[in-house]
Amino acid sequence: MKLVTAIVKPFKLDDVKEALKGMDVQGMTVSEVQGFGRQRGHTEVYRGAEYTVDFVPKVRVEILADDADTARIVEAIVTAARTDKIGDGKVWVTPVDSVTRIRTGEMGTDAL
Amino acid sequence: MDSGNTAWVLVSAALVLFMTPGLAFFYGGMVRSKNVLGMLMQNFFAMGLISVIWVVVGFSLAFGGGGNGWIGNLDFAGLKHLAQADAHLPGYVKDFALTVPALAFVAYQMMFAVITPALFTGATADRMKFRGYVVFLGLWSVLVYSPVAHWVFSPTGWLFKRGALDFAGGAVVHINAGIAALALIVVLGKRKGWPNEAMHPHSLPLTLLGTGILWFGWFGFNAGSALGANNLAAQALINTHLAAAAGMLGWLVVERLKDGHATTLGAASGAVAGLVAITPCAGFVGGLSPIAIGAIAGIVCYLAIQLKFKLGYDDSLDVVGVHLVGGIVGSLLLGVFADKAVNSLGANGLLNGGSDLLVDQLTAVVATLVFSGVVSFVLAKLVDLTIGLRVSSDDEAEGLDLSQHAETAYNFGDFASMGRIG
Repeated sequence: MKLVTAIVKPFKLDDVKEALKGMDVQGMTVSEVQGFGRQRGHTEVYRGAEYTVDFVPKVRVEILADDADTARIVEAIVTAARTDKIGDGKVWVTPVDSVTRIRTGEMGTDAL
Repeated sequence: MDSGNTAWVLVSAALVLFMTPGLAFFYGGMVRSKNVLGMLMQNFFAMGLISVIWVVVGFSLAFGGGGNGWIGNLDFAGLKHLAQADAHLPGYVKDFALTVPALAFVAYQMMFAVITPALFTGATADRMKFRGYVVFLGLWSVLVYSPVAHWVFSPTGWLFKRGALDFAGGAVVHINAGIAALALIVVLGKRKGWPNEAMHPHSLPLTLLGTGILWFGWFGFNAGSALGANNLAAQALINTHLAAAAGMLGWLVVERLKDGHATTLGAASGAVAGLVAITPCAGFVGGLSPIAIGAIAGIVCYLAIQLKFKLGYDDSLDVVGVHLVGGIVGSLLLGVFADKAVNSLGANGLLNGGSDLLVDQLTAVVATLVFSGVVSFVLAKLVDLTIGLRVSSDDEAEGLDLSQHAETAYNFGDFASMGRIG
């Protein structure tokens, strides 16, 4: 089993969600995050004082998946989230030792 | 000159001024949090730009003489000939003679000129470039607002002389701004993602606060239009309040029946719909008529706001649905409910045996729609082709607050508000 983690532009979340729903992904967790990569932050001005804000708002999407599905999921996220502009984000995959569904106690791929 | 009347008109000017911040919060609560400063700024900015334009040329074009009925001359440009206590405005004689200083009237009407174009910012929410807004706003005030105010409000205006009635601005303010809003959104296009993407109001408490301020200020708008502290002002005030109340009830009943819930946004919208519809009628109807007018407006406007989804125009905060439709409903219902017993300078509507008024009202509605619609569309196109009316796609995604004003509305000390100075 794998954990697919993606950092995407907030306004692309809906496209990502729809793409994943369309390929039988059973669930996902999303969170609002801030960070920086190559994309610059922005400046704000208050009574002439300029504030540089480096952290850019992003959305983190996390999906637990069977090994066999991982490549398709990554590809779907990349396609849906791409704008070809700097700051489109990243997707990475990490191995997962165990998954348990709390309600039933099912474990492993049954719990996905 | 009457000191009581003067006091009431001066206070009314302040009340109407307060409506523009009220409108800013009414709209500001309805947009997403990345666009709230953009919305507030467009409204507050109108208080700056229009006030200056008004004393330089706007008032003179609206209330100056010239005798052509279409537009005033420049006799009062730059506040000339207005400072003396006995300053005289063309047409304001006999029954219409002012009992307040001309400057009080200039100030009072200034606040109408400010809020009218501010109304259309709700339709164009989330996507109008500030620079384009500034230029359109100034041009519109001079080329559309002042002429229409002259036609309808000035006793020398052609619609006024025909017999069309508009106590406080059903045509001049609401139909005028409403059709301009429609022209603007035709040129601007839809917001990115509309209508499929959820665009929730970010703070309905702000919207309800704004509604309360509008309701409060509207007493100055309508009862102040009596231009005196008298029985007519009292009638207009109670009419205004009852129409707001009935508008809220009408909207909520049909909303509850159709959507299953009575919502806070519905209560706010219904009250505003009632206030819009009673605006032209406030000093010409009495008895329970305001309740009927408000309730009809609440129901009709609720139905009207569904149209944008059918017709595919992004009237973001329902300026067309509430102000244009509500203004037309009020202006036409005046031809039904008007009662000369309430105001001898008015006329009788259908229910009181008068049939001419409805025709005159229809004329005023159509004339305002055609003139304001065409000129607003041409102005919007001109601004769009020269300096641009719409923000870039990236700026729209980022939000107006940051892209247009380099500010953010809500900073709670989280990571997003950490930064360095310099």
